[in-house]
Amino acid sequence: MSIDLSQFHQVFFEESFEGLETMESSLLDLDCDSVDSETINAIFRAAHSIKGSSSTFGFTPVAEFTHVLETLLDQVRQGTRKLMPDHVDLLLQSVDCLRGMLTALQSGSALDVAQSHDLIARFNAILSGQAAQPSSVETVTASVQPATAAKPAGAVDAMTWAIRFIPDINILRTGNEPVRMFRELAELGSMKVTALTDKLPDLGQLSPENCYLGWDIELITLESRQKIEEIFEWVADESDITITAQASADTLVPLDVPEPEPAAESVVVPDVVDEKPTKAVERRAEPAAEQAKAAESTSIRVSIEKIDTLVNLVGELVITQSMLGQLGNEFDMSKLLRLQEGLAQLEHNTRELQENVMRIRMLPISFTFSRFPRMIRDLSRQLGKKVELKLSGEQTELDKTVLEKIGDPLVHLVRNALDHGLETPEQRKAAGKPETGLITLHAYHQGGNIMIEIRDDGRGLNREKIRAKAIANKLIGENDPLSDDQIQDLIFQPGFSTAEQVTDVSGRGVGMDVVRRNINELNGSIDVRSVEGEGSTFTIRLPLTLAILDGQLVQVGEQVYIIPLVSIVESLQPRLSLVNRVAGGCDVFRLRNEVHSHYSAVRNFCHHTRNQQLEKSLLVVVETGTSKVALVVDELLGQQQVVIKSMEANYQKVAGVSGATILGDGTVSLILDITDIVQMAGVHQQHKNGLKLVSSRVGAG
Amino acid sequence: MNTVGQRKMEAVELDQVLQQNSEQTDQYLTFIMADEEYGVDILRVQEIRGWENVTPIPNAPPHIKGVINLRGTIVPIIDLRQRFGLSKAEYGPLTVVIVLKVNTRKGSRVMGIVVDAVSDVYSLSADEMREAPDLGDNVNTSYIRGLVNVANKMVILLDINELLGGDTIPEVSAAALGEIKHMSGH
Repeated sequence: MSIDLSQFHQVFFEESFEGLETMESSLLDLDCDSVDSETINAIFRAAHSIKGSSSTFGFTPVAEFTHVLETLLDQVRQGTRKLMPDHVDLLLQSVDCLRGMLTALQSGSALDVAQSHDLIARFNAILSGQAAQPSSVETVTASVQPATAAKPAGAVDAMTWAIRFIPDINILRTGNEPVRMFRELAELGSMKVTALTDKLPDLGQLSPENCYLGWDIELITLESRQKIEEIFEWVADESDITITAQASADTLVPLDVPEPEPAAESVVVPDVVDEKPTKAVERRAEPAAEQAKAAESTSIRVSIEKIDTLVNLVGELVITQSMLGQLGNEFDMSKLLRLQEGLAQLEHNTRELQENVMRIRMLPISFTFSRFPRMIRDLSRQLGKKVELKLSGEQTELDKTVLEKIGDPLVHLVRNALDHGLETPEQRKAAGKPETGLITLHAYHQGGNIMIEIRDDGRGLNREKIRAKAIANKLIGENDPLSDDQIQDLIFQPGFSTAEQVTDVSGRGVGMDVVRRNINELNGSIDVRSVEGEGSTFTIRLPLTLAILDGQLVQVGEQVYIIPLVSIVESLQPRLSLVNRVAGGCDVFRLRNEVHSHYSAVRNFCHHTRNQQLEKSLLVVVETGTSKVALVVDELLGQQQVVIKSMEANYQKVAGVSGATILGDGTVSLILDITDIVQMAGVHQQHKNGLKLVSSRVGAG
Repeated sequence: MNTVGQRKMEAVELDQVLQQNSEQTDQYLTFIMADEEYGVDILRVQEIRGWENVTPIPNAPPHIKGVINLRGTIVPIIDLRQRFGLSKAEYGPLTVVIVLKVNTRKGSRVMGIVVDAVSDVYSLSADEMREAPDLGDNVNTSYIRGLVNVANKMVILLDINELLGGDTIPEVSAAALGEIKHMSGH
């Protein structure tokens, strides 16, 4: 049994993807004229750790590729090469290529190395062009020979180090890999390794998980002692390592040194590899087995700070519990006040604990936002537009599930803003605007919601065009009087695209209706505001979390239902004079001269109401999308946060119900799905009739 | 995940032990409904509890009485009388809900069935069991695992997964049940 490396794969992939994101965003920040060393270092570090860990895990193609990339970065870092814009492009392409390779590895599918070989060739072309430049001494390269060959030119302090490395017997179990360390050592210079096999037991007693070997290493390198120690850093505590400086290689003729070593190395290293042949086999078998696992298990990174808060809170809860327990053992009425205090404290603890547990699932929205700079950069080139992207509120936190699902709609909206919204530089100039367009992504809290705004300063929505298109698609009648808002709302209808031509970027007709549906599925909503010639703003409203909801408890008949507080506009007592009956069983209710179709969606939906008369009931005006509908209920109870429980776990999806919750008294209460109810009652359909009715009345009066 | 796995393991082990001890016999919990006795695989039974008020589900078929809170899980309650098209019984303090674990295509579900009373536990071997008679195309008998005579009484063994597991619940009528009994010579 060797160490099962596959258990770390998930972490490796996560870290690598994070590293790639860092590289990408840093690359986009880079200004070729004045290279910020900190940014370059950040990119270099990310690339370096991907290289290191991928070679540890045996993903050689990734490691090889990253290595070339790293070489170029290293030269830039050390100032021996000037960063050119096309280098940045190449590096960005490499990031994409690496991401593809890692995704392929993660899903266990075959690795396409054609692209990476192509890129490696281009890197090598750049790197070999560098040979003409004189001032390069410390080029880190893969094989031993070039590094030593570079020596004669500088011929500085090449030192010979004698290293005795006797690792702890358990070194393999701690995840350290002597072979990898040798590989790193080999990069420093030329080396000669002799294995010390004196401790090797008989085959019968040999445990493959133990490391019985020790090594004597002779290393000739330009690097300092510190560099060598760094390599052994992880194992220094548990291993016996002595590093002694031999006679300085300076005195020797440098050219004589390299010859014997490659041979020596190649003899000894296989010795070590032989020790665990199973691992090599396993590596190949892994991806397939891992495939299923990688698909279903996702993990989340939580800051220690959040965990510590939780631990503290649980501690407090335990104290409160023991206090209450003690109180309960010898309770009499004189201690009532203390009991009440204790209960109040318990409530406080519970609420805080709940909030903090929820916060574990929260991630900053920058996870989603971070992909946009790159996207904008690529798209703006493709479309020949000049764009500046402004991000703000990236630290706003959002539930992980919501965050994952909001990604695609956001991408769609940003693409639209760029493709349809912004004009070309010439058009902008003609319209008297600066050539560079501006797209703003802004996230912030409002009430219990997260708001995300996507704003562009482009041409705005063309209402005439939308109207014409809607008439052509028979979404509206030719003479329907529609307000500006209603016209704008039409873009969320299925099959609606105003792009004159279908481009690669957008306009395929799978559009805003899908965006709206996705957002509605998250219990959110989307609106658009637009001024022609000045730009459009899309505002997405999302709940903080999917697990908890602010609800209004309403009584209908014997039952208590919950209406999500977000969708409630207001609640009122209806006057009969304001209710008009329209044929088809739909009643229309006038509220401050706005018309709302109302109706007893809830009354029909549920079984019976106590108050048969409308004037004794209450109306709850709710908003779905942009249409408002009033629901008839018997009584308003309280407002409270409810934990959403799934109905589908043991039953099935119920039309008009988004879930259930358990009330304080232990009974189950259903949470109403407002969008669904409105559709079920057919009110949505009749809403338009209602509007028509009113407008004709206005005409008559 | 672990506990589920463990429970599964335990169930499997228990199953094996039972099978070894009683040589291929299965244990069935039987209950009474409209003077007839029905049996369900005892390993599917999670618990037996008294009737309590449920929260009705809007627009659900009449045999779906509603949902209850079973220690934090929402569990639907099905009236088996209405499900079988039998006359409706008044719920009283003796009315019993049997909570069952049903395997469906979408995974396992927990459901409760309302019955008149719980009767007995029988160990039955496969030999004793008779196939439900085929009643032609218009009567679905897939939810009947078999018929068994115990002490001159006929017990109808139900296949819970077939009965409750499907997306749409197969139509069962009292007439069909009567016919089954008639045909099997009861």
